[in-house]
Amino acid sequence: MQQAGFQLSWPWRLSLGYLFLMLALPLAALIAKSSSVGWAEFWRIATDPVALSAYEVTFVTALLAALVNGVMGTLTAWVLVRYTFPGKKLLEGLIDLPFALPTAVAGLTLATVYSSNGWIGSLLAPLGIRIAFTRLGVGVAMLFISFPFVVRTVQPVLQELEQEVEEAAWSLGASRWQTFWRVVLPQILPAVLTGVALGFSRAVGEYGSIVIIASSIPFRDLIAAVLVIQRLEQYDYAGATVIGTVMLGISFLSLVVINLLQAWGSRHET
Amino acid sequence: MKPDGISGVQPEPSTNPWLSGLLIGIVGLYIALLLGIPVVNIFYQAFREGIPAFLQHLTERELLSALRLTVLTALVVVPLNTLFGLCAALALARRRFPGRALLLSLIDLPFSISPVVAGLMLVLIFGRQGWLGSWNLRVIFAFPGIVLATAFITLPFVVREVLPVLEEAGTEEEEAAKTLGANSWQIFLRITLPNIRWGLLYGVILTNARAMGEFGAVAVVSGNIIGRTQTLPLFVEDAYRSYATGSAYAAAVVLSLLAVVTLVAKELLERGSPSRRIF
Repeated sequence: MQQAGFQLSWPWRLSLGYLFLMLALPLAALIAKSSSVGWAEFWRIATDPVALSAYEVTFVTALLAALVNGVMGTLTAWVLVRYTFPGKKLLEGLIDLPFALPTAVAGLTLATVYSSNGWIGSLLAPLGIRIAFTRLGVGVAMLFISFPFVVRTVQPVLQELEQEVEEAAWSLGASRWQTFWRVVLPQILPAVLTGVALGFSRAVGEYGSIVIIASSIPFRDLIAAVLVIQRLEQYDYAGATVIGTVMLGISFLSLVVINLLQAWGSRHET
Repeated sequence: MKPDGISGVQPEPSTNPWLSGLLIGIVGLYIALLLGIPVVNIFYQAFREGIPAFLQHLTERELLSALRLTVLTALVVVPLNTLFGLCAALALARRRFPGRALLLSLIDLPFSISPVVAGLMLVLIFGRQGWLGSWNLRVIFAFPGIVLATAFITLPFVVREVLPVLEEAGTEEEEAAKTLGANSWQIFLRITLPNIRWGLLYGVILTNARAMGEFGAVAVVSGNIIGRTQTLPLFVEDAYRSYATGSAYAAAVVLSLLAVVTLVAKELLERGSPSRRIF
């Protein structure tokens, strides 16, 4: 390709400069600070009991939420692609809401609705189930923000699926379940898992909605992101940095997994 | 009650009304519990004391100054990231080089980093104990910090929306224009920009929505000083914590309308083009 001066040179310089200032420099600052802590100290802070329980609350709850949405999101995509029914447009419109609604607003309204005197929480309170200000609340907030990912990754794949294959399986005597497990699921699995990984990654980093719906008590419903802020508020920069670095590591890891899953998915397509 | 497998000829997969009804019911219930009821609740809570009370909450001084700061932040961040996004997309679409995938993942990083960690990074640069702490730049607990944090979080949207459109459009039209003697600016304004305008617009809308709604990153760097460095999402949390539920929901309604506008715009922009991912 030719060296079109305008299109190649100054956009390049501008974007690389901007990326350096906005992304590389902050990233370097975090890594530099956390390496200045020293290995022994890093390990001590990173494996502090409060931190360990915060990872557990964050990662396990995020994983559970992502898996629930893996099932419900696939089901939602299926219903939206295969069936027509009144109110479908409304349902379709609501799906992307968690992408668009500011997380503080999500936290506010979830905390109200799921509190023990809220619309939904008051129905569960007599059963002894409390959601707001417990770990279940963290879970509900994570379900909310990670919901759209699976729907949006699975929906296009389902749309492309050739129904003739299903009909062939069907006419050869496969049952509804067999057709789904043996014919449909293998084809949409990469998309489902990509959506689960994206949702997990989003839920792990979530702060705004969770800080409002949770009580953030250590060993109960304190998440890693809130712990970072608590350490910062105590001017414990090293503590905040170490926990932030652990979270960053998990982000990188999920990014790698997501890329691998997407590569797997596109290999299936060809 | 058992229509299947009796006559030997089975109905088509999607025609069992019991199963489809059940599945639609489950999905409908799940979405109602998770999304529908919480959304209705925002408007119910905001208006339950009547419109005059809502308007009174809406025009409180703290709320208005938070709204002003949020709009101001978006006015700085959105053009900045639009310019960057355009440049980066143009640069990346026209060249294949080693490390391109790496650069793309770097651009995507703000999607997967926790906003809190993003804010922390800025504190480590500009905070009192940070790299540039001794320079006494007023970044942390001030407007520039809010802008930087928001710009970090919203950096990928425009690139991510424009890049696929550019790649699909190809370079033939641009090369034709070039042989006909058009200069770079003419090519950009007459050919490239019209090709990518909807993707660009969508990217700008997403950037704006996220910029106005960002909470975690801004919470770390802003200091949450009422009337000075409190953005509208921070105001929502603050009002909720101080039991000013009416004010919290008045602000929440403003932010929800932003979300509604974003979703409607998405719907309109997607109508003409094939399905697009959004995140």
